[in-house]
Amino acid sequence: MRYRSLLLKFLSAFIVFGAWEIAGRIPVSFAFPTFIESMAAFWALLANGTMFVAYAETLKPLVVGVLISAFLGIGIGLGIGLSRKFDWLVSPIFIVMQTAPLAALIPLLVMVYGIGLTSKVFVVCIMAMPVIVLNTSGAVRNTPASMIEMGQAFLGTKLDVILKIILPAASPIIFAGLRLGVSAGFIGAILSELKITPTGVGDIITYSRSIADYPSMYAAIMSIIVLAVIFLNVLERLEDYLFKGSRQTYVSE
Amino acid sequence: MNDSKGDIDNAVTVRNVYKNYGDVEALKDLSLDFPRGQLTSLLGPSGCGKTTLLKIIAGLLPATSGDIQVNNQPVTGPGPDRAFVFQDFALLPWANVMRNVAFGLELRGIDRSEREAIAETYIANVGLKGFENSFPHELSGGMRQRVGLARALSVDAEVLLMDEPFSAVDEQTRRKFQEDLLNLVKNENKTFIFVTHSIEEAVYVSDQVALLLARPSRVSEVIRPEGFRHKDANSIRRDPEYLDIVDRIWASLRTYVE
Repeated sequence: MRYRSLLLKFLSAFIVFGAWEIAGRIPVSFAFPTFIESMAAFWALLANGTMFVAYAETLKPLVVGVLISAFLGIGIGLGIGLSRKFDWLVSPIFIVMQTAPLAALIPLLVMVYGIGLTSKVFVVCIMAMPVIVLNTSGAVRNTPASMIEMGQAFLGTKLDVILKIILPAASPIIFAGLRLGVSAGFIGAILSELKITPTGVGDIITYSRSIADYPSMYAAIMSIIVLAVIFLNVLERLEDYLFKGSRQTYVSE
Repeated sequence: MNDSKGDIDNAVTVRNVYKNYGDVEALKDLSLDFPRGQLTSLLGPSGCGKTTLLKIIAGLLPATSGDIQVNNQPVTGPGPDRAFVFQDFALLPWANVMRNVAFGLELRGIDRSEREAIAETYIANVGLKGFENSFPHELSGGMRQRVGLARALSVDAEVLLMDEPFSAVDEQTRRKFQEDLLNLVKNENKTFIFVTHSIEEAVYVSDQVALLLARPSRVSEVIRPEGFRHKDANSIRRDPEYLDIVDRIWASLRTYVE
């Protein structure tokens, strides 16, 4: 069973990369390199260290933004889930944040916060936070009522009920929100590098496009996707490890 | 009330309780006594407010007006003198049987070794020895409710509040539960308040059956099935008095059922 799923994953990768290779060889567009050319460019970027330098730059706003979004987002989501008033006060901000066209807001952010790290962190947060907040608040609100009553009936304090019942019950959905938030954060980080100042991986993309080095451009794009997938897998493993029991369905017939 | 009350020692008394949800009167001027050491059922059609009354006694819901006392102390919220058994078990799905049973004690701040020792006794008492490390999803419905029962017993409250505890388990398990409950009432010196919509179940397990009528809910009758209480569990269901009482309750209820 395990082998078969692994086999299918390889098969699916093979089909996608195969299609890419063929499309590159036709070629669909002269700006579309083959898979093999792109991989060669990828190794070259790794070998001369460009990729590492670029990621050191790109990961800064990404990590800072995702961490802020995670802690603040879960905290605010918890508040919204627990209190109607807080919900009315804060929820609209995040709904607006989620629907607002980010690219259009970027010039505004640059005007206020300049072209440095702050603006980029903001972009990552705007991308990552709403989904974390909305998932957390939804999960908190959907805690089975009888479980909360149970905590109260057995003399749990408000804090007990939150820490020992509501948060663990909500954690699978909070983690799902975290995963979505992190992948949105990746988009935000790259977007900020393309739209604010070209640094890091965004710089590789912009620069190689300007000199028509398309294999390098596609290599950079691929590397982001690969990194995001790896990161999401790590997060999933962490979730499995932390909440082994809670992945099961809720107790009732 | 068709029984002499005299100076029976009541563990719980409910006096002139009203409960309104907005414009809806859920309970209207409801008064009822719960004698100490006995099992009282709240029986009635669905929507008659029996669970509401139970949650008011538990302190989980505030009454709109009226007086509820447990051991002559007015109820203002949940207290250590009451424990609750939930219809849907309300177990923590991420915690094993041991932690679930000990959870009431955990919330009271009793340290781990002590609470697990207590929990172990009650896990054995309800017949779940060997399942300490199982998770709720690995257990059958009946076993899950045993966990819920062990949790309520382990906090050693004087009053046990049971909200349709057997309605989510299959018929065979249910019968076994009812027999076990009779032994529990006999052996544990506790007062039981038991919500059910099954006439047979109420008559089978109760010292006192309070018949509630719906909307607004009030006590229409209190019946004390006493004649067969000393008999053994197997012969109760054939006892003429048991059958009579079941019939009588059905006769009073049927006019209210569509």
